Amino acid sequence: MIGLPHFLVVAGLLFAAGVYTVLSRRNAIGILMGVELILNAAGLNFVAFNHYTTTGIQGGLFTVFIIVLAAAEAAVALAIVLAIYQNLRDIDAHRLDSLQR
Amino acid sequence: MDLSWIENALGWIPCLPLLGFSVNILLGKRLGPRFVQGLAVGAIAGSFLLSLVAFFHLRAQAVEARILTQTLWDWVRVGGGGIPGVDAKVAFTLDPLSSVMLLVVTGVGLLIHIYSIGYMKGDGGIWRFFAYLNLFSFSMLVLVLAENLLLMFVGWEGVGLCSYLLIGFWFRHLPNTSAGNKAFIVNRIGDFGFLIGMLLLFWGLAGEGRGTLSFAGIREAVGLLQGKHLLGLPLLDWIGICLFIGATGKSAQIPLYVWLPDAMAGPTPVSALIHAATMVTAGVYMMARLSALYVLAPTALLVVATVGGLTAIFSATIGLAQTDIKKVLAYSTVSQLGYMVLAIGAAAFSAGIFHLVTHAFFKACLFLGSGSVILAMHHEQDIRKMGGLRKAMPVTFWTFLVSTVAIAGIPPFAGFFSKDEILWQTWAAGGWYRFLWLLGFLGAMLTAFYMFRLVALTFLGESRADHHTREHLREQPRVVTWPLVVLALLATVGGFVGVPHALGGANRFHGWLKPVVAERPAGALHHGAAPFLASPARADTPAPGQAPEETNGDGHRQPGDEESLQAVHEAAAAAAAGEHAETPHAQVPAAAGETHGGSHGVDPMEYLLMALSVLGAAASGLTALTIYTRRPELPSQLAARFAGFHRLLVNKYFVDELYWATVVAGVLGLMRACARFDRVVIDGLVNGSAWLTRGVSTLSGWIDRSFVDGLVNGAAAACKDAGAGLRRLQTGRIQSYAYALITGVLLLVIVGILIGIPS
Repeated sequence: MIGLPHFLVVAGLLFAAGVYTVLSRRNAIGILMGVELILNAAGLNFVAFNHYTTTGIQGGLFTVFIIVLAAAEAAVALAIVLAIYQNLRDIDAHRLDSLQR
Repeated sequence: MDLSWIENALGWIPCLPLLGFSVNILLGKRLGPRFVQGLAVGAIAGSFLLSLVAFFHLRAQAVEARILTQTLWDWVRVGGGGIPGVDAKVAFTLDPLSSVMLLVVTGVGLLIHIYSIGYMKGDGGIWRFFAYLNLFSFSMLVLVLAENLLLMFVGWEGVGLCSYLLIGFWFRHLPNTSAGNKAFIVNRIGDFGFLIGMLLLFWGLAGEGRGTLSFAGIREAVGLLQGKHLLGLPLLDWIGICLFIGATGKSAQIPLYVWLPDAMAGPTPVSALIHAATMVTAGVYMMARLSALYVLAPTALLVVATVGGLTAIFSATIGLAQTDIKKVLAYSTVSQLGYMVLAIGAAAFSAGIFHLVTHAFFKACLFLGSGSVILAMHHEQDIRKMGGLRKAMPVTFWTFLVSTVAIAGIPPFAGFFSKDEILWQTWAAGGWYRFLWLLGFLGAMLTAFYMFRLVALTFLGESRADHHTREHLREQPRVVTWPLVVLALLATVGGFVGVPHALGGANRFHGWLKPVVAERPAGALHHGAAPFLASPARADTPAPGQAPEETNGDGHRQPGDEESLQAVHEAAAAAAAGEHAETPHAQVPAAAGETHGGSHGVDPMEYLLMALSVLGAAASGLTALTIYTRRPELPSQLAARFAGFHRLLVNKYFVDELYWATVVAGVLGLMRACARFDRVVIDGLVNGSAWLTRGVSTLSGWIDRSFVDGLVNGAAAACKDAGAGLRRLQTGRIQSYAYALITGVLLLVIVGILIGIPS
């Protein structure tokens, strides 16, 4: 029987994979994918908690928010990444340190 | 004809050559030799014409009005209002003395300018040559016309400069340049004396409230300086001697004569114009200008006369053994200048100037003649390689012969009158001057000898030149010979302006100069008879309170012969008495100028001395002619017999060597000592202090580096390290920040799990 803990473990693994991707990828697009994974892990948690508990919180609504947010974020971030690429001919996150200067 | 416009045109006499110089030096190279020559000759010819006008205008004036001054502008004006100062103007004075000099300088100068056209033909630097000649004429005319001593000094320096420029004219040849340098340096030494004398004179006059350097002012005020002393010698004697040192430089007297023979390195027209006729006589002219001062300075006069007499005979002996045609003439010039200086020293100023004039004629002629010979001989100057030029060069020969007879003092040629005048005046001065007369007399005989030797070796006998030269011997073109003829004519008749009373003449030359040239006060020179036994009272004795002009009585030919050395003081008293008796009526004939003469008896001694010198000169001249034409082997035999003396003469008494050994070596030694002092002491000090400074700075540098810099750099390094550490936190990389964020969250989670999350 599949219960809440299974969902939470999958969401945790998904989150860890997302964090790892964000931290380790050098490609900015890859980092964005990691962020998507993190957001999906959070969405999965909300859906699971909404289904298995009765705290009164409408988790499905948050999930929809998250999906909308993720879409908006992906659009903006991809635009930024494209702009960076046009300016610097590079989307290697390790070399994009012009904020430091 | 009204010639008074010349009074306002005096300035043009020197300025025409100055204009010629300016144009030629700036544009001459482009304008071509014909224009350059025309301009230069034209300029000096213009000056000559103006000088003639000036002379005739002056002669038309009354005797006492024969002094005309044109003031151009104020030059130096200091003091005034009760404070003694100086007031020197750029002003030109025309008086009998300067008019004579004007005619000599422009007249002889014009002939030599013309001659130079032929002599310098084909020379690349012809524009430079004529420019310098004109500049020289300008300077000499300023010297002659100057109204004051300061302006005269300007001309004095100017002629020295031009002499230097022209001696070293062929400057690619090292001996010429060093001869120019020698002339310049030796003259500098003399000029130093001139300056000191001028300053002493000014100082003395300013002390009397009469600060002036104008000749008229000096003449008027110089009597005030009588009785003043400086270091035990009368001030006037100091001034006279210092100015005379200036004259020894310019007029080539012992000991500063050494530059003149070397000056023969210059082109021959230069030797004729500058080193025979004009510049070298500047000293004589200057002393004659200051005659009013010199008659009051018996000791200075004695020094002048002694130096002049010694120079006359000393250089005449050197002339005996010279073999370079121009060197013979150079030593002869030194010797003749000695006569002029001797005349000044005997206070026979007009006799000195007279000899200056006649000497200008015959010596210029001799030099130009030697130039003609040198041209014909293809620049050979050794008379041992000449001989027999008479046939090939008749004009040169005859003019040279005439001038030689003139310089030898044989009547009626010009040199006879002027030289005899000097000798007689020297004798008449009495005392020690009788000995100087003897020197002059012997010098005259030597002069006749070496001059006829020169003629015999150059023009007579068989030619000793090589075949090639002998083939090409010929007379020079007319532009060269024509000035020779004119000068020879002048040398022939020039003496007649000064026929002495003893020969029935009126001595018009003397009369002409009389208003401006002081006369020897009667008997005063006897005080100088034993100057080195100087009695302190001596300075006060000559004609106290009397300005020299007032003693201008017809006092030349003093009855001084019966006086002897032993009776100096008696003689002085007698002479002084005679002077006082003579002065009142002497002024009447003096004013009339030229009318005096026969009434005063002529000393029979004068005839005796005259005959003696003429016979002596003729005899030694004939001896020279005979020896060098008939018995050419005799001189070398004599030379071998008196080898030592001959060697001494050939080497000019080793005077140059003496200078090298003493003055030059001394200066060099002093310089070396200075250099050593510089190297050892000064450089030692400098280097020592540098070493010390360097040591101190090394130490302080070490302290700076290890302590101060250590602190500063340490602080900087600490900041840098801190910054570097902190920088690692601020990478600008989002991932680093995210990494830190995650790590923090994880830590919080772990802590929370371990201690339990507070609820």
